[in-house]
Amino acid sequence: MSEDSAYNSFELMACAASRVFEDKRSVLVGTGLPIVCAVLAQKTHAPNLLIVFEAGGVGAQIPVIPISVGDSRTACRAVMATGMDYVMSTAQLGYIDYCMLGAAQIDPYGNINTTVIGPYAKPKVRLPGSGGGNDLGSLCWHQIVTMQQDTRKFVEKLDFLTTPGYLGSPQGRENAGLPRGTGPYRVVTQLGVMGFEPSSGRMKLLATHPGVSVAQVRASTGFQLVIPDEVAVTEPPSAEELSILRTEIDPTGIVLGRGRGEQEPSARAIAVKPTPLPD
Amino acid sequence: MSLKILDRGSGELLGWHEPDEQRSWILANKSREMKDKRTTVSAAIASFVQDGNLIAMGGFGHDRVSMVSVYEMIRQKKRHLVLAGKTAVHDSDLLIAGGCVDKVEVAYAFGHELRGLSPASRRAVESGQVKISGEISNAGFQWRFKAAAMGLPFMPCRVMIGSDTFNHSSSVVIEDPFNSGPICLVPACYPDVAIIHVHRCDIYGNCQIDGITIEDFELARAARRLIITTEKIIPNDMIRDEPCRTSIPFFLVDAVVDAPYGCHPGNMPGLYYFDEDHIAEWLSVSRTSEGVESYLAKYVYGVKDSDSYLKLVGGVEKMKRLKDLELIGNHPSGPAQRCETA
Repeated sequence: MSEDSAYNSFELMACAASRVFEDKRSVLVGTGLPIVCAVLAQKTHAPNLLIVFEAGGVGAQIPVIPISVGDSRTACRAVMATGMDYVMSTAQLGYIDYCMLGAAQIDPYGNINTTVIGPYAKPKVRLPGSGGGNDLGSLCWHQIVTMQQDTRKFVEKLDFLTTPGYLGSPQGRENAGLPRGTGPYRVVTQLGVMGFEPSSGRMKLLATHPGVSVAQVRASTGFQLVIPDEVAVTEPPSAEELSILRTEIDPTGIVLGRGRGEQEPSARAIAVKPTPLPD
Repeated sequence: MSLKILDRGSGELLGWHEPDEQRSWILANKSREMKDKRTTVSAAIASFVQDGNLIAMGGFGHDRVSMVSVYEMIRQKKRHLVLAGKTAVHDSDLLIAGGCVDKVEVAYAFGHELRGLSPASRRAVESGQVKISGEISNAGFQWRFKAAAMGLPFMPCRVMIGSDTFNHSSSVVIEDPFNSGPICLVPACYPDVAIIHVHRCDIYGNCQIDGITIEDFELARAARRLIITTEKIIPNDMIRDEPCRTSIPFFLVDAVVDAPYGCHPGNMPGLYYFDEDHIAEWLSVSRTSEGVESYLAKYVYGVKDSDSYLKLVGGVEKMKRLKDLELIGNHPSGPAQRCETA
């Protein structure tokens, strides 16, 4: 592998997660890596991806990564600059296909925690809370999460259930009163890509990243992960994807720079194709 | 037939009034007279922000926030404030660090989005100096303001259900009387004071906002007292030439403060981007209480007016750089989000 094509785990996650988005769909993105993924998709295979931000930016053509999901870049060359009520109502109405979120903890049903680590009354770490996360995870058709995978983050029981996944069963969401047909879709980490088993609502391994073994993924998961007979291998980032990430989307490395200095993973790979959305 | 309550969150109910009580308060306290409301930031904060008030900052934590008011609240040593943590970022981090805040209702707080967590706020909340009244989601907070803006006691919505965010909120889940499924009701929230920074307004408080409006369209009506700080004061004729551009009308507004660059180091759409160097300095020094004190001594207590503040943070040259950064990616043939037209 040449010097140019070496990549870090954040760049790999960004590329793998961006490929989940289909063109001509809509996405509400959370702060950080999710923005990078959506913008990368828009600049590569999904030029007609409608990127929407909770604070009111609709259909922006984003020049460089926004620092905030409410900063002016989220409405740059947009089709509409509106407010949170409008955007969240639109999601509640069913217009938003995907949301992409980060998380501090995730459980087997794709429920996520962004509120506290440790007991709620006396937390070890106080995190920012739901923000728009609960809303996005409740209202968008497909919930995608990007986060680091290890046994402290992939846990059997969350310290706090900030944002609903399948709650505890495939019907859990609908029984609770959340919009029918919505739910967790993909979880993209530095190790691989996970989906969910329809019969149980539990997380299932779909693909490992180049150089990562199934055993390694299992050892980095604090709950029983569904492992199918065939597990795909992620296509490594292309030179084009890396160039767009480094020179256009995140030139200062504010998001992707965090993973720099890691060993480069390498292996032959095949692409993971996302399940198409219903028409 | 009675309404069936299925579940009730344990969060403290803040900022709620009976709709008729709110109507009476508005009748008694909000003038419909179109009068000159210009004042100084110190007079506005002294008149309308009382210790113990529930405060909601307009904008989005570090986007189009009235930092000039935040500094003034710290300077005037406002105490025991309760904060609507409706995406509380740099604004609330400073207020908390300045000792002004006792309690926060959290949708998003103690964080700085891409920059990570806020050391000063985290220290305050993890040590118990700042209490949390409850959790909520961003849409939940937005719809609390929307219910208030409509003069209603609550708003039905389909968020928070099934989560601990709901369990720690002041919301309820009821059986929907139309289809019998569970539906969440968020209670109206009428902050005692909202402070909103805008691009331009006239002397009466008719305001234009460029770019996204975030929650301010509803928040302006939800709040009992409303302070406007503005980049620019424009003639009333300019408002009347394009009335479709008014997002906040004068009768909601209690004070108008002329405050160019009043959002620094935050991002003001079309005018200036984040001053990342300045924010990085804050996030670095605020790791210790001593660092917080020296920052506040230098940039808040030690500053006599906004001109000296702007000079201290880099002056005209810095502001020009922040404007260049702001304009990246905007179409060369037209002004960015119309901000240059007025």
